Amino acid sequence: MAIKVEHELHHRRKGRNVGVALLLVGFIGIVVALTFVKVAQGDFELPRVEEASS
Amino acid sequence: MTALVGLLGAPTSLHPVEAFASILFIAIGAGASGALNMWWDADIDAVMRRTSSRPIPSGRVQPGEALAIGVGLSGLSVIMLGLAANILAAALLAFTIFFYAVIYSMWLKRSTPQNIVIGGAAGAFPPMIGWVCATGSIGIEAWLMFALIFIWTPPHFWALALFMRKDYDNAGVPMLTVTHGRRTTRVHILVYTVLLVILAVATAATSIGGPVYLTAAVVLNALFLKDAWRIWQRDETDAEADGYKVEKSFFKLSLLYLFLHFGAILAEAALKPFGLGGWGWL
Repeated sequence: MAIKVEHELHHRRKGRNVGVALLLVGFIGIVVALTFVKVAQGDFELPRVEEASS
Repeated sequence: MTALVGLLGAPTSLHPVEAFASILFIAIGAGASGALNMWWDADIDAVMRRTSSRPIPSGRVQPGEALAIGVGLSGLSVIMLGLAANILAAALLAFTIFFYAVIYSMWLKRSTPQNIVIGGAAGAFPPMIGWVCATGSIGIEAWLMFALIFIWTPPHFWALALFMRKDYDNAGVPMLTVTHGRRTTRVHILVYTVLLVILAVATAATSIGGPVYLTAAVVLNALFLKDAWRIWQRDETDAEADGYKVEKSFFKLSLLYLFLHFGAILAEAALKPFGLGGWGWL
């Protein structure tokens, strides 16, 4: 008897798995976009240390 | 939607990516608190006709799954809102979720007829959170939007309780209709509506108001007050005779009422870049 690589469960769960994958990709996209915006706006810059003068 | 209005109605603006992320995480936080509410209230949701088809009573979601989703998404939404907007907005979102799930659902809902009055605060926070996302502080306009929803909530749910009477009786939820009677509920609806009318029309004079808002507020509040007056005048015999026609009409109008008030605030904000909106251009 041939070994079934794809279980019937895999077919049933396919839609859900694709949905979870898309959600994760979307979440990563939001985090990346937020990071770009915050860096461009200078939100992550460290406060400048004042050099001691004379 | 109200969070979006709070965010866009604020005098300072966020980068579109930050604004989108903020609204998304506020919405996720609201969904999380809904999941926690449905986990805790699954027993009474099952006996109320209005809520019996919710995911847990209908068997589509297990209670443990709802709890995990609620807790997980609460944490995610609060942390991400803190990163996308600011710490104060994240703290307000965390408090809102706590208020809805613990103070309202677990404590007030089954213990006092003031459940919907105090619990209404949970639904009133989103525009304030939106405002805080943009400005980083809580202004008077944010409090006004909060108050608009806070005072709108009791008459909205009391009208529902009048014509869904058996639902709340069966579930043993101490709504005002059950504990203090239906006459008292009708009086309360009128009193809260009068307070709401004053607040809603007065908001037109603030920086989030303007001619569009004032026009919408005058029309909507006149209609709302008329229906509240009719509810107050009626007794149970009249209401049962026509199948709670006026109470149902008031409830439907209340949905439109809130939607259009916030829509008008949004319209005022959208007109400002064109030199219109608010009172400044007149």
